[in-house]
Amino acid sequence: MASSIPTTREAVIIGGNRIPFSRAGKKYVRTSNQDMFTAALEGLVARFGLQNELLGEVVGGAVLKNSRDFNLIRESVLGSSLAPATPAYDLQQACGTGLEAAIAVTNKIKLGQIESAVAGGTDTISDAPIAVGDKLRRALLQASHARGTGDRVKALLPVLGHPKWLAPETPDTGEPRTGLSMGEHQAITTAKWGITREAQDEIALKSHQNLYRAWEEGFFDDLVTPFRGLSRDDNLRGDTSAEKLATLKPVFGRGLTGEDGSPLPATMTAGNSTPLTDGASTVLFGSRDWAEERDLPVLAKFVDAETAGVDFVHGHEGLLMAPVAAVPRLLTRNGLTLEDIDFFEIHEAFAATVLTTLAAWEDEDYCRDELGLAGAFGKVDRDKLNVNGSSLAAGHPFAATGGRILATAAKLVHAKAAETGTPARALISVCAAGGLGVTALVESA
Amino acid sequence: MTDSYTRFANGGLKPLVKKLGLPQPAILRRHKPGSPLTVGPVLVVSDDASAADADAVTTVLTSWDLDVRRSPELAEGERFGAVVLVLTGAEHPQDVSAAVLTVGGILRRLAGNGRVVTVSRAPAAGDAPALAAARAGVEGFVRSLGKELRGGSTANGVQLADGAAVDSVSAVATLRFFLSAKSAYVDGQLLPVGPSTFSGDIDWDRPLAGKVAVVTGAARGIGAAIARTMARDGAKVVVVDVPPAGEALSAVANSVNGVALQLDVTAEDAADKILAAAKPLGGPDILVHNAGITRDKLLANMKADRWDSVIAVNLASQLRINARLLERGVEGLRIVSLASTSGIAGNKGQTNYAYSKAGVIGHTAATAPLVAAAGGTANAVAPGFIETEMTARIPFATRSVARMLPSLAQGGEPVDIAEAICFLASDPASGVNGQTLRVCGQHLVGK
Repeated sequence: MASSIPTTREAVIIGGNRIPFSRAGKKYVRTSNQDMFTAALEGLVARFGLQNELLGEVVGGAVLKNSRDFNLIRESVLGSSLAPATPAYDLQQACGTGLEAAIAVTNKIKLGQIESAVAGGTDTISDAPIAVGDKLRRALLQASHARGTGDRVKALLPVLGHPKWLAPETPDTGEPRTGLSMGEHQAITTAKWGITREAQDEIALKSHQNLYRAWEEGFFDDLVTPFRGLSRDDNLRGDTSAEKLATLKPVFGRGLTGEDGSPLPATMTAGNSTPLTDGASTVLFGSRDWAEERDLPVLAKFVDAETAGVDFVHGHEGLLMAPVAAVPRLLTRNGLTLEDIDFFEIHEAFAATVLTTLAAWEDEDYCRDELGLAGAFGKVDRDKLNVNGSSLAAGHPFAATGGRILATAAKLVHAKAAETGTPARALISVCAAGGLGVTALVESA
Repeated sequence: MTDSYTRFANGGLKPLVKKLGLPQPAILRRHKPGSPLTVGPVLVVSDDASAADADAVTTVLTSWDLDVRRSPELAEGERFGAVVLVLTGAEHPQDVSAAVLTVGGILRRLAGNGRVVTVSRAPAAGDAPALAAARAGVEGFVRSLGKELRGGSTANGVQLADGAAVDSVSAVATLRFFLSAKSAYVDGQLLPVGPSTFSGDIDWDRPLAGKVAVVTGAARGIGAAIARTMARDGAKVVVVDVPPAGEALSAVANSVNGVALQLDVTAEDAADKILAAAKPLGGPDILVHNAGITRDKLLANMKADRWDSVIAVNLASQLRINARLLERGVEGLRIVSLASTSGIAGNKGQTNYAYSKAGVIGHTAATAPLVAAAGGTANAVAPGFIETEMTARIPFATRSVARMLPSLAQGGEPVDIAEAICFLASDPASGVNGQTLRVCGQHLVGK
């Protein structure tokens, strides 16, 4: 961790574009990651008139990839209206992919290596890869390496004796090292921090209400381009209520027990957990000069970022608690506290993730023992939290979430600064599989 | 996009179609960059008093490398591509006889997709009765000739107003538009042309070069065609449509190297959003109010939402945006609004739509002097039956009849509207102000 930030030039956020997010198996069923990312990119090009523009770099990725997607972002660029000479590469850091891509390109802009860039991500559950089991895969590979038909048949013979090998392997959100799903991991953390069902449902309700209001106000008119006949996020329930959310049955954390062996209440439902979602997002960055030369809007500066990891494998820490450690390092390095933040964009993997994050920062012992702080890190003003909704309402196409949040945050700080005449800041926090956390600081420019 | 009857009537059974006396729509020649202005030599005819103006017209036409003739004789097998009838000096109805009959004498030798263009003076207050009659008579002549011409030929007229010279920039530009394939679906129309303030070189191939144009309702149909034609003529285009149309809109933007703006034109701040999008590009220079909706119902069954939404989108949005742009001091703005022949002739089931479109014609005339004060113009184009997704939803029989009604016996293409708009938005046309140009293939009804 750097103790001070070296002086570099600014990387600014010009704007963003995404396609509406759609629940898995709905609107984007016959749509690939490449289709979606290309569409998001094309909408961005159209919004800012970037046809035939040679950008410094386009970086993004997908968490779930088919083998054909080995050069996903570059292929998307080649299918777009950008200059074909625009370089691109894929990057992947689970749900942190989109934000990490932004960190990667803004660092290059700050260092003067590039003048402009697009960062983003895409994910589809509807077109997820289905793989064959390792045993069948080995047999197929052996057969493909075989010399002559005899050897080929010999290599494939064991398959006939093991019809079970033919069963496909579908991807899931289970952690490879624990076998537990993300929801089950969060359920442990939720119980540990004593987060109630009501508190979680309240977060979920707010998310839907805020996102719905933002859509109605036209907030997304210049952030989203319709795709395949969908013009709004279809997970959004503008008419949901605390009563409706309360009727849902818990899906995670059933069978958890306390230290004395007594059963703990299961509190996490389909309503306060994000659904599996398809979608793609992009964000346009540039040096200030690049943006100004083209008379492009400058919404915000991408100030700084911090990532963290936690040891969840041995049960020491919750799977999704890494941002809790990253944010104090990020803010302290920039001489800021939670008080200095105008907008908190905390990715709602689960409502409980947001609540455990907030609870941990308010907990003196935790902050001292685990984060090495002198005392409690601080309290997040709920009125500044996910003010235009987050993943519970919008949905969460893993790699696309970072771009969604960044564009929203940039627009929010820009509007607030224009209104008040003083700089506004947004803190972005995204938890990710593997006990990872990616956080970033955005300030009006 | 030619409709199936027009294809049929021009196919192997063309003689039979003729014999049966069925309508004979021609395949209209449309503008292609680089193609000749007319399909053959141009004959310039005038009455005696207009001889000097006819000479001036001849000089202009010759400068465009046209084969200009002053006598009606043609070589064997030759056909005229166009006739320009100059009547600017006629002071009495009895003066024009010889010139008009000369035109009549060559009509059988006018090529398909030929043009007859009159150049005359608009009647003005204070004209002597005989002078007024001579000038007003041209209108009846042009409208009738339009109905007589065949094979995709059209009759239109340049009507000089406010002392505009016959070879003034806008008169010349209008003459050129009527002679060209860009006016393929304009028939039987007189366009009043005043003096132009524009002086400079005219690039006839890219008349909108360096301009920034904003086109509303541009995701599909006529709006998309306007955006493409504007871009072809050299303009940088900001395409606007409602957010739900964004996918098609961004495809249009990317196909014309333009900028997509997802915006409901009825929003309070629509004008400011348009300005914010156009300013970085150096505009706006041109604004095309194309966004429009239909909510057809007989008035007896009309609900408030159907009436109000049509008025809000088709008319009130234009008023609010124009007012705000003027308030913010936008200079030299060339506004072109979409009216409709429904607004002129009326249409059953369209009281709301026709009110809005007639309103457009009205506000255009009233807006003209306001924008002129800031160096701009405001004009309207009234499409007739145009082949679009919107008209494709009209029941087959009604649609087929609608196609046959105009003199050209077919529907127009979106590009026909786009060509007229690009002409009106161009610098050389700046002497045309407050006018509504019909692009309707000479729809039988209305003025």
